[in-house]
Amino acid sequence: MRTVRIVVDLNRCQGYGQCVFLAPGVFELHGEEALMYDPGPDEVQCLPVLRAAAACPVQAIQVQKVDQE
Amino acid sequence: MTGTDHASRAGGRVVIVGASLAGLRAAEALRAEGFTGTLTLVGDEPYEPYDRPPLSKQVLLGRADANSTMLPRAAALEAEWRLGVPADALDLTAKQVRLASGEQVPFDRLLIATGTRARPWPNAAEAALDGVLVLRTSDDTAALRRELAAGPRRVLVVGAGFTGSEIASACRELRLPVTVVERAATPLAGALGAVVGSVAIQLHREHGVDLRCGVSVTALEGDSSGHLRRAYLDDGTTLDVDVAVVALGSLRNTEWLRGSGLGAGPRGVACDAGCRVFDMYGIVTDDVFAAGDVARYPHPVFGFEFLALEHWSNAVEQAQVAAHNMVSSQSERRPYLHVPTFWSFQFGVGIKSVGVPSYGEEVIVTQGSADERRFVALYGHQGRTVGAVTFDQGKWLDFYRRQIEMAAPFPPAYRNVDRPASRRPVPAEFPDPAVPTEGPRIERTGHSPAEWAWALVPARA
Repeated sequence: MRTVRIVVDLNRCQGYGQCVFLAPGVFELHGEEALMYDPGPDEVQCLPVLRAAAACPVQAIQVQKVDQE
Repeated sequence: MTGTDHASRAGGRVVIVGASLAGLRAAEALRAEGFTGTLTLVGDEPYEPYDRPPLSKQVLLGRADANSTMLPRAAALEAEWRLGVPADALDLTAKQVRLASGEQVPFDRLLIATGTRARPWPNAAEAALDGVLVLRTSDDTAALRRELAAGPRRVLVVGAGFTGSEIASACRELRLPVTVVERAATPLAGALGAVVGSVAIQLHREHGVDLRCGVSVTALEGDSSGHLRRAYLDDGTTLDVDVAVVALGSLRNTEWLRGSGLGAGPRGVACDAGCRVFDMYGIVTDDVFAAGDVARYPHPVFGFEFLALEHWSNAVEQAQVAAHNMVSSQSERRPYLHVPTFWSFQFGVGIKSVGVPSYGEEVIVTQGSADERRFVALYGHQGRTVGAVTFDQGKWLDFYRRQIEMAAPFPPAYRNVDRPASRRPVPAEFPDPAVPTEGPRIERTGHSPAEWAWALVPARA
């Protein structure tokens, strides 16, 4: 099974919210700038998450695809 | 390997003790720097490196599993992992780390990144009651999550620092009754001072937290089956609670270095600005490095005071400098000059900081409005800017980071948008570190040994 690992540098994040539009099942704004995210979503989220990471204006999102038994 | 090529990128054995954020980021940086020798990571938890900040936020809320925060990796590390077994001694002469299993792990260069652990409730019998927890690891979080899911009558949070406040915030979002007991005058007083902390008082109260400041928990009491039922406070009140989360800060994991000859103790592992660890005589070592929560290093922007920072960005940035210096010759080594940053999300507000607010004595709101929980507060020390904190105004932090790096005058002379009417600095009201946090104590007076006298200082009323 494949999963995705995500970590966001929340010092860098400024709440532009691009990730929330591109991967709404994974990223969510809690208030104006408190970003909450699922750090280990299912494989189906892989493409939206990669798009979100690429679109982040401050490049705060790190993603890795992982193969698991 | 000989002493002369210890800075070689090509070979040798690097051992990293501590397999969390700092250890992992250092390992990645070593490989990125071209280190091709053997790399061993030792970790006391049986898990691969995981991220801790989500534990007190999305994981407590049940939006992510406690074991789902594994950190993404930049590249294949080709490292040997010794997980689930702590290091318990260091022999600098033989250059080996002893694991709790008895195994010896030899090294040419060592990185100490053992971090911190949650400070436990001081009374061991009370700490052992079912329902008394701390929050630091993913196992801690899974246990607390189970307790919260069982629908406790009331949750007690002991301590209103960042962790305690985030736990209280999660409890309220889960619609659980929660009481927060804080010894200082406001939440976050140690990190941000009581002036900014008074804004946090409003945040707690608006979200239905029963916040009690200036009060201490004196005892926790269980029922006959050993489950927590009641808490006693020093103002004479008692609380019926099923869960107590002890959020009294952390202890640095340096016990394993006792007897090693390194300058390590309860305040951390002392190192120079290049992350090289000092021995017990204050002489810098050449092949032992430290990074992350456990490291204490002198920072030029803050009067070369030794800082030990328990911040996410400190673990990441310092690990990279340590790794670079581990595989570099003297002339290529870099100083660690990162200006500290951290964040906390609580009650729907993003609190972010840059610099070291507690290094300042005065504070001024430069932008926005504290009443609206949307502001920037600046901290000053002897006429210069040393820290800033923002509530839902993180976008300005980079500007203030530069002011701190440049030692800009305080109070600030520049004009900026969204200025409040009052522009006068006030005392930041940090708690006096000389005030005891526990009971009575003995204090020594007099400068020279001939003048020494001892006096009993009673507990605070």
